[in-house]
Amino acid sequence: MKFTARVWKFGDNINTDLILPIQAFYLTPQEQTRFVFHANRPGWVDLVKTGDIIVGGKNFGMGSSRPAARSLKNLGLGCLIAHSINGLFFRNCVNFAFPAMECRGVFDAFSEGDIAEVDFDGCTVRNVTTGKTLPAIGLPPKLLDLLKAGGIYPLLERDGLIGPRSQNKT
Amino acid sequence: MGMTIAEKILAKKSGQAKVGPGDLVTVEVDTVILFDNNFMPSQWRDILKLKDKERVIVVLDHRVPAATQASAAAHRTARQFVEKFGIPRFHDVGYKQGISHQLVADHGYALPGTVLLCSDSHTCSAGVFNCVARGVGGPDMVFAATRGETWFRVGETVRYQLEGRLPTAVTMKDAFLQIAGQYGDHATMNVEYGGMGIANLSINARKTLTTMSAELSAEFATFEPDEVMLEWVRGRNPAPFEPVYPDKDAGYAAVRTVDLSKLEPLVAFPDTVVENSRPVAEAAGTAIDQAFVGSCANGTLDDLELVAKVLEGRQVSSKVRFIVTPASQNVYRAAARSGIISTLVEAGAVVTPATCGACGGGHMGVLGPNETCITATTRNFKGRMGDPSARIFMGSPATVAASAIRGVITDPREFLH
Ligand code: SF4
Repeated sequence: MKFTARVWKFGDNINTDLILPIQAFYLTPQEQTRFVFHANRPGWVDLVKTGDIIVGGKNFGMGSSRPAARSLKNLGLGCLIAHSINGLFFRNCVNFAFPAMECRGVFDAFSEGDIAEVDFDGCTVRNVTTGKTLPAIGLPPKLLDLLKAGGIYPLLERDGLIGPRSQNKT
Repeated sequence: MGMTIAEKILAKKSGQAKVGPGDLVTVEVDTVILFDNNFMPSQWRDILKLKDKERVIVVLDHRVPAATQASAAAHRTARQFVEKFGIPRFHDVGYKQGISHQLVADHGYALPGTVLLCSDSHTCSAGVFNCVARGVGGPDMVFAATRGETWFRVGETVRYQLEGRLPTAVTMKDAFLQIAGQYGDHATMNVEYGGMGIANLSINARKTLTTMSAELSAEFATFEPDEVMLEWVRGRNPAPFEPVYPDKDAGYAAVRTVDLSKLEPLVAFPDTVVENSRPVAEAAGTAIDQAFVGSCANGTLDDLELVAKVLEGRQVSSKVRFIVTPASQNVYRAAARSGIISTLVEAGAVVTPATCGACGGGHMGVLGPNETCITATTRNFKGRMGDPSARIFMGSPATVAASAIRGVITDPREFLH
């Protein structure tokens, strides 16, 4: 699994209230994407192109269990690479099949707008603009498989444990 | 090398002799708590088969009574789910209503040595009862409810030795703010609490610390068992259990001592909890529009009692809305019986039914543009309690009550000697 795209930078301790604020709670998942980073970076969602990559600092996604990772996926982002990723947020990334990987020092290795090449199987992050490559911390194989398979819901659907996905749903 | 409390429980529940940092484990889940957000129209996936209805608890807490049509719809879906599977432990609006983490304490739902899951991030609260409890995502909950298991990455553990006794007007919220201010986040790590000082702490006080450990981004927060805790659980839940103690030679990433007797009232300044604590004096004098005491961290009987002590014979400033939300109707009833509720309302506080309410900005105390609030809850993130331009300071219930009286952020030691 590989991604090559433009980078958007967000710093340390980006919390889930910023990604999926309370005002958006009652909306459909697609409508919720309009509110991503509304409080700290208004208008950003209109600049994002499908496949773009987020580069974050420390403890990205700290905060609540709300399906904030799903909003990043639904917004069309390709993947997330951060110095470190909050444990709960990381679970949601895997479960909602939004590719995310930790890479120490990644924040300083990129300027906004640089092109990144991210290889989830090879566990590397390359800054195409500067030519620098960093080692990433790969996902345990079990979790990478789960992510590639589309996350938890398709799995449970296949086993007849949950009902089919309906419109406006997860 | 031996294992920490969290490692021992994870080893037992994954059927292994030993687990350690770096391992990925699949564990049996003993208790699965679903709450109203799980049933929201944008989140709920229809469950067709449950692994074991006896292991599932359903709680309506974030917005009760229903705050909007969407939350009413979520509550309705939850009731239908409970009905369909005949789930015995259901906390609907009414006598049994409360915040899930408080209900866990009220009813002894978290058994020592077990695994508990809920998709609320403050689920580590239950670690006060010596169990590994973690907030997970909505899909994790559906997985655990249908498959009876979940996965965890095992992290390193930081051990905190609590020593001494808290001074008057200083609470475990201040102890938490000290830890969060001094050591920052503990992402990917567990925290473990023990030491001679825990003997001086009520279960409610300890629970403030495990609940707030979510703000350290800790994986699990566990307390070493003692007789006070074991009696608490036995008195509320007849089910058998085996408490887990850390091995003498357990490997810790760090062992740190917190001398409770040296602490003072602290506040976290707006927008972030960790590395943001300062002595209350540095915020003193800041005018506030709203004061709030409640949540899974500070809505216990001890908290309400402390607020009543500060308010006794005094009045809330006419410039301040002081909202108090007990963490469960059980707590509310106990506070009503002992006269605490009358003291609060006579002083001009507004006491709401048990719910998350203003803590999550859902209802009953949402902040407007440019307002300032001091809160004894769990989070002060930008936009957390309403408008993103509002400023949220966070302190202990004593600090919040003192501030409500003066109308400006105030050191509670003025009122409690
Ligand atoms: S009281 Fe606040 S922190 Fe606790 S569960 Fe409710 S919203 Fe979350």
